Amino acid sequence: MYKYDEYDHAMVDARVAEFSDQVRRRLAGEITEDQFKPLRLMNGLYLQLHAYMLRVAVPYGTLDSRQMRMLAHIARKYDRDYGHFTTRQNIQYNWIKLEDAPAILEDLASVEMHAIQTSGNCIRNISSDQWAGAAADEITDPRPWAELLRQWSSFHPEFSYLPRKFKIAVIAADEDRAAMRLHDIGIQIVEKDGQHGAAFYVGGGMGRTPMIAPLIKDFVPLDDMLSYAEACLRVYNRYGRRDNIYKARIKILIHELGADEYRRQVEEEFKHVKSLGIDPPKAEFDRIAAQFAPPPLDASAPDAIDRSDPDFAVWVDQNVAAHKAPGHAIVNISLKPIGGIPGDASSAQIDLMADLAEKYSHDELRVTHAQNIVLPHVRKADLYAVWQALDAAGLATPNLDLISDIIACPGLDYCSLANARSIPVAQKIATRFSDLGRQKELGELKLKISGCINACGHHHAGHIGILGVDRKGTENYQLSLGGSGAEDVSLGTITGPGFDEDGVVDAIERVTDKYLAERTEGERFVDTFRRVGMAPFKEAIYG
Amino acid sequence: MKLLTGNDLKTGFVTWWTGADWSLHIEDAADVGEAGEAILAAEEGARRVNAPYIINGEQTADGPRPAHIKDRIRALGPTVRPDLTLKPADPAAGDWVI
Repeated sequence: MYKYDEYDHAMVDARVAEFSDQVRRRLAGEITEDQFKPLRLMNGLYLQLHAYMLRVAVPYGTLDSRQMRMLAHIARKYDRDYGHFTTRQNIQYNWIKLEDAPAILEDLASVEMHAIQTSGNCIRNISSDQWAGAAADEITDPRPWAELLRQWSSFHPEFSYLPRKFKIAVIAADEDRAAMRLHDIGIQIVEKDGQHGAAFYVGGGMGRTPMIAPLIKDFVPLDDMLSYAEACLRVYNRYGRRDNIYKARIKILIHELGADEYRRQVEEEFKHVKSLGIDPPKAEFDRIAAQFAPPPLDASAPDAIDRSDPDFAVWVDQNVAAHKAPGHAIVNISLKPIGGIPGDASSAQIDLMADLAEKYSHDELRVTHAQNIVLPHVRKADLYAVWQALDAAGLATPNLDLISDIIACPGLDYCSLANARSIPVAQKIATRFSDLGRQKELGELKLKISGCINACGHHHAGHIGILGVDRKGTENYQLSLGGSGAEDVSLGTITGPGFDEDGVVDAIERVTDKYLAERTEGERFVDTFRRVGMAPFKEAIYG
Repeated sequence: MKLLTGNDLKTGFVTWWTGADWSLHIEDAADVGEAGEAILAAEEGARRVNAPYIINGEQTADGPRPAHIKDRIRALGPTVRPDLTLKPADPAAGDWVI
């Protein structure tokens, strides 16, 4: 875990003091909302349907138990006893009072957290693989590089007013658990001739115009990574459109320039940038990397798991993943109880997860882009105790990557941008498919719901995606099939006319029935869709 | 009918123009008719409410009802958390939104 140095503390403390004064002036009527709005957004404070909403950054989704407990404390003291974990590995509070915002930011700063750059046209929270540092398939821990990018991008003077928001993901495994190619920049740490380097994919994104990032450079020496990222941003900052918000993301620039021309310009810029000395000296990177050293795992931890409790065995099979170290495992805590609100956790549940991390996971937790929580370093011998505690708190739903493990944005129940509600649809689908045997028969099936075209619910990347739209004042839901945010990245295709809330649930049942009828041995839903195409599914849906 | 709504500056809570002041309860909302723009301009100057705007609604037996679902959700609270709405004890309150 990275610990703030004196500069980090000074920067965050200064921002808290600055924003506290801005809030005071706003409450005193000294500045207008038009003047205040950009200031509060720079500090993650939105105004949503029912109240102010605070989005707190969780860098690359990593936090410790002290920080997790602070998130619970904020939910309990300043909000309504719960928080909402998001698809950007952050947490949001939906009922914040403006007058409380300075105290909340002070509390966050006391545990080395903040809400800076969780809004606005800047480089947002760097996201990463939630299994980083634990995954059996990674070539290195990507988080030191993510942290380096965090430091580089924080208050970057040149990139504080980009044409549009900018999202970066860093992974270091072939299995993409971070939707890396659906980011403005996706970096994959790769190995070539015994050396690690960074593959740069640039120009991906979801939203109104979804695009998969093309490969711009297959191997950037890690000593050049920051300079190359700077060059990518500079070309965008120079030529990205500021006249049309719908064409302002880097994906549009690269689409219009062409990847080859964009690459040529980046390479040219890189030659200049490299001379500026942006990349840190090795000693500084080593200082950062040392803070992500593997925890002192128990080398003698037994590898066997007592599976005599059948409910526990079901959970192990579905929610526990392989760890790189023998005798250890990665625990995935589902925040998707059947009929619940995807990503929501009560303050008591957040506290419990913090306690379990402290006791069983070397004090580490992760937030996933699928709105779940991970305990990355658990001894297999402790899994039963962890499961018992989770089960007692309603946190042991064994549905990771199954149809009820639904990503859903807050939708029209909370969000001022939304056109339709997402959460009730997620609840109805999860309830319709509540039988675990049925879910397991369907296998891996990633269902993602957005309440508007901005696609915070990643519907383009869902094996089954749902987009809520406003059709003449009525909620309507478009269905798409065949998307993926993983290493087999693809964008979903719309099936046809949309449905009402109950109709879309029925349509999904017809889709899954068709899949079961069409699939061959070992095929996931998305594999079958890719093999047989849309036609049979369309026939099943619309007749 | 025309309704004037916004979010309270201090709390961010949804608020409705009653004809003389602001209320958290849509039952108190007044039909601002053609006077909406003038009230809106005056209230923006007072800086008590964020981003006030005028919406269409209808008068019903239960009181004013906004024309758009978004404003009905604003008026009551999230449909997925009845306990957090302004009418947590009324299990049928959500029907008013849909």
